[in-house]
This record gives sequence, structure tokens and C-alpha cells, in this order.
Amino acid sequence: MSSHEHEHGAVGHIVPIKLLVITCIALLILTAVTVWVAKLDFEDLRMGEMNILVAMGVAVVKCTIVALIFMHLRWDRSFIGFVFIGSILFVGLFIGLALLDTKEYQPTMVPGNSPQVQLKLDALHAAQAAGETKHGPTEH
Amino acid sequence: MSQLHVHPDGSEDHGHPEHLGHHWNDSVQQFEAGKLGMWLFLATEVLLFGGLFCAYAVWRANHPEIFKYGSQFLSTTWGAINTGVLLTSSLTMAMAVTYAARGRMTAVVVCLLLTLMGAAGFMAIKYVEYSHKFHEGFYPGMSFYEEPHASELWLPLEETAAVVKAATLAGEEAGSVALAAEMKTRAELPTEPAEAQGWNKPAAGIGPAGLTTDQQNIDMAEMSVFLPPSVLGNLEDLDAELAYAEHHAADEPVVLPHPLQDPDRPVNAQKFFTIYFLMTGLHGIHVIGGAVVITWLLILTLRRRFGAKYYTPIDLGGLYWHIVDVIWIFLFPLFYLI
Repeated sequence: MSSHEHEHGAVGHIVPIKLLVITCIALLILTAVTVWVAKLDFEDLRMGEMNILVAMGVAVVKCTIVALIFMHLRWDRSFIGFVFIGSILFVGLFIGLALLDTKEYQPTMVPGNSPQVQLKLDALHAAQAAGETKHGPTEH
Repeated sequence: MSQLHVHPDGSEDHGHPEHLGHHWNDSVQQFEAGKLGMWLFLATEVLLFGGLFCAYAVWRANHPEIFKYGSQFLSTTWGAINTGVLLTSSLTMAMAVTYAARGRMTAVVVCLLLTLMGAAGFMAIKYVEYSHKFHEGFYPGMSFYEEPHASELWLPLEETAAVVKAATLAGEEAGSVALAAEMKTRAELPTEPAEAQGWNKPAAGIGPAGLTTDQQNIDMAEMSVFLPPSVLGNLEDLDAELAYAEHHAADEPVVLPHPLQDPDRPVNAQKFFTIYFLMTGLHGIHVIGGAVVITWLLILTLRRRFGAKYYTPIDLGGLYWHIVDVIWIFLFPLFYLI
């Protein structure tokens, strides 16, 4: 019971404490990165699309790290990985098909903002666009 | 195949160990079968949350503005702290498994206690967040929902324009220049092609006939309090417009108006809190379930039921605790970081 990769207990591989601590620190750093990226994007609304992609990408990386090391998947039989990845694939299929359907109905959606609010927002944006050409770029 | 060593207390190395069910060949087979069973359960957990993630994806794809708006009312700081708490408790749980496999049961007790503290800390923060939301009147369901005006949401635009034109005349008669200008702006809205409007034809008997111009006047008069100068007819005054926008942008990060008092609130803004409470609530129930499991493991460890040769329940309880962590890893950016 000594060397890292080869430590085995009575019923299987044992993950060394040091690796667990390093994993946790990596996860905490990734959390800080997501929060930082979200704050960065919040100031520029045009980055809104990127924001969700980065956040989900980091979440997938974190999930993979937890599954591989904390949940021991790296050292387990591949059939267990098959069960887990299979469930995720089915959820992906579920959400993917539902989103396809959602897009089909998009033209008939009632807009999220009430007409008065939308009118106001449109006028604001038009005024801001006009202001940018007149006064130079503004802060927002 | 069996890798049983001589245990410190020297017993159960030959024959049938006490922890081994009579239908298993050896401890490894029992351990692996238990593990597969646990993973099958975790797969059903993924599918259970998958339904809610699907609802989230469809709602957000249709109405991104609702999520952008609602997420401002959640505290990113508390969410981030809670993520840290849950990740750290996942670490102590994984450490408990490692120590159990090495037979260091005192360390296991300490690690399980720390994990339990993490669970309690997470739920305490969640309690603070929830009670703050309830205090503000954010509940799942129909809280701060206001019936939209039928004439505005469900009438085809050409018919709306007719209503607006009538209201404009009424506004001019009433001598309200601002109101008349606003009505004129609304009357000049582009009309959609007829084929695009088939879906929202009002049922017979419901429609403009039910709406009096008085009603329309009152609504617009109320709205004029919030409307910027441009909408109220002074489209040339760009400086006033920019001052208005700047004032509002500067105010927003400091104090968010309550949705009920906020004219910028998107229609159906309450949907954000419905899906927020549903998903974090189901996750919270899982955290409580995990805490119960860890308490049970703690009691059994203190009763010396586990050792280096048999710690399957600690390992499987740990797997459950990690999947709770994994689900929070996705919930945190989806609700707090929009």
C-alpha cells in the first residue's frame, strides 16, 4: 500500500488523498473562472451567447473531473461508465428534440415583453443608436 | 481473484466473512455488484433531473429575457459560496472513502462529520436565500403575475391599430398631447402579413368590442409615468433620452425595483422563479437525503460495522453525494450566472 497508481485495498483501487485535494482545488478554481467570465460578459450584452456556452463548457469539465476522480470512474469497469454516459446521452436526446420542436413554434410565440415595454425598448435602442452616431460611442 | 489481506483485528480471512452475503462468491464481486446497482440508480437520478433541465432549456430558448431579468434577483456571491461548500464536502466524502479502504476509521468519522457540516452549511445558505425570496414575495407559480391586456397580446396588429386610432382621437379630445403622440406611435406600428396572424385570431365575442377607450386612456396615462420622452413624442430630444437611459442604467446595479413596481419587467417574469424553486428545491431535497445517508453511515462507522475489507455503503453513499454535487455544478451557472 504505497505507490500512487497501484494502491489497492481489499476490494479495489484506492484514490490517494493528495490527488483528491488537487482535484478539489482545480474544481474551486474552475468555479472562480465561471463567475469571473459571467461578470465580464454581463457588462457587454452582445457577449450573452458566449456566456452560456462558456458556463456550460466549464460545468461539463467540472462534472467530468468529479465523475472520473471523486466518483472513481477512471478506475472502474467501463460498463459503469457506459451506464452513466448512456443516461447523459438520453437526457441530451430528450432536450435536443424538445428544442427542435420549440424552434418550430418560434414564429407563433407571443413576444416576452409586453407591447408597451417593447415599444419603449425599441425607442430607447433607436435613440441610443442615433446618440452613438451623434455623440460618439456611449458606455452602454 | 479475492485480494483479502490479514485485517488488523485478525479475523475473517478464511471462510465466509460476516459482511459477505451468502449468494456472493467473494467481497470483490459483492462490492462491484453493489456499485453497478448504485450507478443504475444514479442514471435514473440524471434522467429525473433531465426532465427539469429540459423544461428549463425550452423556457429559456423561448424567453431568454425572462431568465436575464430574474437572475438579477439571485445573489451570485451566495451561489458561488454554496458551490465551494458543496465541492469541499465532496472532497471530504471522497477522503472518507479512501480512509475507509485503508482501515483508518477515526479519519473516516472526522471526514463524514465534515461532509455533514458541508451539507448543513449548504442548506443553511439555501434557507437564507429562500426566506429572503419569500419575504420579497417571490414564490413559485403565479406570484407577481398580472393579466396582460387582451387587446395588446392577442389581437392581430391591424385590429389593435384600429383600437389605438380610436384611442388617439379620444386622447386628442382630452387635450393630452403626450398621450396622443404615444397613440400615434402605436398606430404607426408595422402590420404583419395576414398569413402570419392566423394563429392569434380572437374567438368570436372577445376582442376590441370588449375594450372601452376609457380603459385604454387610463392604461396609457399610467404608463406615461414610466415612459421615456421619445415614446411620449419628443423624439428629437436625444440628450433627454440619453440622460434617461444613463439614469436608469446607473440605478440598476444598486437597487432593483421589485417586479411589481418595475415597468421593464418582462411578461411572465414569474416563470423564472417557478423553475428556480423547482430545480433548486428538488436538489435541496437530495441534499437532505444525502445528509440522512451520511448520518446513517456515521452511526454505522461508530458502531464499527465497517473496515478496510468492507466499506461498500460508504463508497456508495459517497457516489450519491457526488451526483448531488454534479447537479449543483450545472444549476449554479444556469440560474446565478446569466
